[in-house]
Amino acid sequence: MNPFSSGNRLRDMIRAIRACKTAAEERAVVRKECAAIRAAINENDQGYRHRNLAKLMFIHMLGYPTHFGQMECLKLIASAGFPEKRIGYLGLMLLLDERQEVLMLVTNSLKQDLNHSNQYIVGLALCALGNISSAEMARDLAPDVERLLQFRDPNIRKKAALCSIRIIKKVPDLVENFMYPAASLLKEKHHGVLVTGVQLCTGLCKVSSEALEYFRENCTEGLVKTLRDIANSPYSPEYDVAGITDPFLHIRLLMLLRLLGQGDADASDCMTDILAQVASRTESNKNAGNAILYECVQTIMSIEDNGGLRVLAINILGRFLSNRDNNIRYVGLNMLMKAIVVEAKAVQRHRATILECVKDSDASIQKRALELVYLLVNESNVKPFTKELIEYLEVSDQEFKGDITAKICSLVEKFSPEKIWYIDQMLKVLSEAGNFVKDEVWHALIVVISNASDLHGYTVRALYRAFQASTEQESLVRVAVWCIGEYGDMLVNNVGMLDIEEPITVTESDAVDAIEVAIKHHRSDLTTKAMALIALFKLSSRFPACSERIKDIIFQNKQSLLLELQQRSIEFNCILQKYHNIRSALLERMPILDETTLRGRKDGSLPTAVSTSTIIPCDLPNGVAEPAAAPIGDLLDLSLDDVPPPISSCGDILQDLLAIDLSPASALSGTSHPPKAGTDVLLDLLSIGTLVPAETSPSALDISSSGQDNKAPLANSNGLASLPLLIADSPASSAGMMDLLDAFDPITQKLEENGPAYPSIVAYESRSLRMTFNFSKQPGNPRTTFILATFTNLSPNVYNDFLFQAAVPKFLQLHLDPASSSTLPASGDGSITQNLKVNNTQHGKKSLAMRIRIAYKTNNDDILEEGKINNFPRDL
Amino acid sequence: MIHFVLLISRQGKVRLTKWYSPYSQKERTKVIRELGGVILSRGPKLCNFVDWRGFKVVYKRYASLYFCMCIDQDDNELEVLEIIHHFVEILDRYFGSVCELDLIFNFHKAYYILDELLLAGELQETSKKTVARLIAAQDSLVETAKEQQGSISNIIAQATK
Repeated sequence: MNPFSSGNRLRDMIRAIRACKTAAEERAVVRKECAAIRAAINENDQGYRHRNLAKLMFIHMLGYPTHFGQMECLKLIASAGFPEKRIGYLGLMLLLDERQEVLMLVTNSLKQDLNHSNQYIVGLALCALGNISSAEMARDLAPDVERLLQFRDPNIRKKAALCSIRIIKKVPDLVENFMYPAASLLKEKHHGVLVTGVQLCTGLCKVSSEALEYFRENCTEGLVKTLRDIANSPYSPEYDVAGITDPFLHIRLLMLLRLLGQGDADASDCMTDILAQVASRTESNKNAGNAILYECVQTIMSIEDNGGLRVLAINILGRFLSNRDNNIRYVGLNMLMKAIVVEAKAVQRHRATILECVKDSDASIQKRALELVYLLVNESNVKPFTKELIEYLEVSDQEFKGDITAKICSLVEKFSPEKIWYIDQMLKVLSEAGNFVKDEVWHALIVVISNASDLHGYTVRALYRAFQASTEQESLVRVAVWCIGEYGDMLVNNVGMLDIEEPITVTESDAVDAIEVAIKHHRSDLTTKAMALIALFKLSSRFPACSERIKDIIFQNKQSLLLELQQRSIEFNCILQKYHNIRSALLERMPILDETTLRGRKDGSLPTAVSTSTIIPCDLPNGVAEPAAAPIGDLLDLSLDDVPPPISSCGDILQDLLAIDLSPASALSGTSHPPKAGTDVLLDLLSIGTLVPAETSPSALDISSSGQDNKAPLANSNGLASLPLLIADSPASSAGMMDLLDAFDPITQKLEENGPAYPSIVAYESRSLRMTFNFSKQPGNPRTTFILATFTNLSPNVYNDFLFQAAVPKFLQLHLDPASSSTLPASGDGSITQNLKVNNTQHGKKSLAMRIRIAYKTNNDDILEEGKINNFPRDL
Repeated sequence: MIHFVLLISRQGKVRLTKWYSPYSQKERTKVIRELGGVILSRGPKLCNFVDWRGFKVVYKRYASLYFCMCIDQDDNELEVLEIIHHFVEILDRYFGSVCELDLIFNFHKAYYILDELLLAGELQETSKKTVARLIAAQDSLVETAKEQQGSISNIIAQATK
C-alpha cells in the first residue's frame, strides 16, 4: 500500500477541499491528492482505481490539470465489471475530448461493449461514442450503431439514434446507411425513441438533400399524424408538462416539419391544418406552451406561403411582443427577425415597440432589438429612426454605446439621402460617442467630406464648433483636425456659408489654437498628434501670419518622446526653414479622395469586420472630383496590392486613401519594413505632399517630377513594390533623414538609368568562394525573376568540376541554365556565370528563398559547400 | 444542438460541466470564466438568454445554482429552459429535494443523470420516470457488484486466515 493514499475516500477529499479557506490551501490539498493518485497509478493499484478516477474528475472540475489520469479511464473501461466501466466512461467523457489521440485506443473497447450482452454496458458505450467520438471512430463503429437502432430495448434504440446524429455529422457520406432505419423509428410509440428518431431525421435532412427528399416523400403524412395524436392526446402524467403532453416531442416534430415543408408546396399543404390547430389551441400562459407556439410560428414562417396561417402567426407575434415576460419578448424579437424576410410590412407595424425594446434595461433584449432595427431601416424611414437612435445614444449605457454607434454609422452610410445629412449625423455621433466609432467609419467620413466640395466650409465650421464644445472624443478630434488642416482658410473666411448656418468669427490664431489643444492634450494618442502636426504644417502655408507660431509648436515636438513625432517635426522644421520655395506646393490641399477605391477596399478586404458597417458612401456625383482623382486612383490600386495584409486597423484606410505608395514612407523612416498602424498617417500625408505638386505643378521640384516620371512605368509593370526596397537599400537613405529631399536625387537618377532594378546581393560567401546575384525582371511579368549568378574564387587554387545546385520551396519554380564553364580560375582571376529563372507563384506575398549546394574539386579534393539564401530583396 | 452544459454556483464555482462540442482544456476554462462573469452579474428580472460568440446561452437559477446550456442561434430558447427544468426535476426526484451539497458530493450521480437525459447534445428522454428507472437499475447493478466483491474478498480473507 502506498504511504500517501491511505484509503482516503472521495467524500473525505471533497470535504478537505471545501474546508480550505484560501486558494493556496486548496492547491496544497489538491497537490497532495494528485501525488497520491499518481503514486497509485504507478503502482497499478486496481482496488482504488475507480475511486481515484472519481477524485480526478472532481479535481478536473476545479480546473486543475488531470491528463495523467487519462490512461486510467481506458483501463477501467477495459475491465469487466459494470461499476468500473460506468466510472471509466464517465471519466473518458469528462477528461478527454475528440481531439486527443489517446481516444483512438478506446475504439476497440467501445466495439466490444457495443456488442456486450448487458444492455446497460451497451448504453454506456453508446453514450460515450455519441458524446466524444472523432470522425475515425464514427466511421469504424457506424455499423454497430446502425445495428443497435433495431435493438430490442427501446432505451438502447434511442441512444443509438442520437449517436447516429453524431456519426453523420462527422462522416456525412454515411447518411445513406441511416436513412431507412431512421424512417422506421418514426413509427415507434415509445416517446424516447420517437423524439430521438425525429431528431435523427432532422439531422439527416440537414446534411443531405437526398435524405430530405426521401423523408418528405415518405414521412410527412406520418409525422403530421403523430403531431395530431400528441396534440390531441388526453392527459398522461408521465409526459405532462404544465398541462401539455410532451412539449419536447411537439417542438421536435414542428422542427422536422419545418424542414420538410420549406420549399415544397405539397408538403406545406399537408401540414397546414395541424399547424393551425397547434397555433390556435396551445395554451400560452406557461413557458412550455409558449415554447411550442414559438416553434410553430417559426415553422409557419418558413414553409410555403399560406395567407391565413401567416396572419395567425403574426398575431401570436404581436402577443409575444406585448408580453411582460422578458423571455417572451426576447423570442418575439427573434421571431420578428425571421419574419421580416417574408412579412416586412407586418413587422414595420411593430416599429414603435421595437424601438422601445432598444431602450430596455436588459442587454440581451437591447441587442436583439437593435439588430432588428437595423433590418427595418430603409431609405424612407432612415431619418426618424436615426433621430431616435442618436437621442438614445446620449442616455445609453457605456457598454451598449459601441454596438449602437456601429449600427447608426452603418445605417447612415447606407441610406443617407444627402451628403449634408450624412455629415450632420456623423458629427452628432462623433461628438456623442466618438470613442466608439471605428477607424474605417471616420476614414469614410473624411472621404465623403473631401468629395462634398460645396460643404467644405460648412463642415469645417461645424467641426470647429463641436471641437470647441468638447475634446473628449478622439475620433471627433481627428476629423476636426484633419478638416481644419485642409480647409482652415474656409473656417476663417466663412467661405461657402449655407443659409442654415449661424455665422461665427474665427481668427487664424483661433484655428491654430484649436490644433495646439489637440496636439498638447494629454489624452491624444499618436495618430491624433501626428494628424495635428500635419494640420499645423499645412496651416503654415494657409496662414502665413501665424507661421512663426506654428514653427514654434512644430519645433517643440522635436523633443517628443515619440519617435515619429520627433522625426516628423525635425523634417517639417527643415522644410519650413530651408525650402520656402516648395512649401506652398507641398502643402496644397489634398486632391479629392476616391470613393470607389474606398468602397472597393471595404468590400474586398474587410468582409467580416464590417458586417455591421458595410460602407457605401452616398452615391452622389463626384463633380469635379473625377479627373483630379484619377491618377492618384491608379497609384492607389497598385499600392493596395502592395500593402501587406497584416497591417492593422488604425489609419490604414486613410493611409491608402491619402496617397500612399509606401516608398517615400519607408525612405523617410529609413527602413523597408511595412509601416505599422497609427504612425503612417503622417508619413503618408507627407508622401502625398511630395507627390501632389508633381502632378499639379511639374516644375516645382525635380525630385517630385522625376519621381512621377519613374512611377508611371513602374506602375504599369506592377513593379511599384520594387521601389521601397531600392530606396531602403541604397546608401542614400542612410545618409540621414534630415536631408530627405536631397536624398531623393541619387535614387531617382539611378531609377532613370536602370528602370525598375534591384540591387545585387552577395548571396553566398565563404572563405574560398563568393557568389553574387544580379536580378532583373521583364516588364509586365512581375512573377518571374531572372537571376545572374556570378561565382568568384577567393582561394589561390583552381577549382575544377564546378557544379552549382539550388533548391527552392514549393511556391517557387526554378529553372537553371548551364553554367558558363566548369573551371573557376584562382584568386578571383575570372569567374563563372550561370543564369537562373525563378517564377514566384505567391508574388507579393512571399519573397524568394533558396538552398544551394556547390561542389568542386581543388587539389584533387572534393569540396562541398552548402548554404541558404534568405537575403533576397523583398517583393521579388 | 446543445454545445455544453454548465452548472455554476453563485460564487462562480463550477459544479458540473459537460461538453458536447470539442473545446480544449484552455478554452473550457476561458468559457467558464467568461460566461460566469456575464451570467452571474445579470439582474434577477432580466431574460434568461445571453448572446455569446454567435451562440445563445440559456441559463436559469435554482437556489444558489445557475444551470446554463449553450445552444445554436436557431434553437428554441424556451424549450431549453424547459429542458433545464426537466433536469432539475429529475435531480430533485433522485436526491429528494436536491441541494447544492448533493451535487458536490455526488457529482458523478448528477453526470449519470445528465447522460440519461442528453446525448450528443440532443434530448434523449422526455419522461422523468424513465430516467429515474434507468438510473435506479444501473445503481442497483453497481450495488450487486459491490456486494459480490465484498463477499468474494470475505471468502478470500477467510481462506487466507
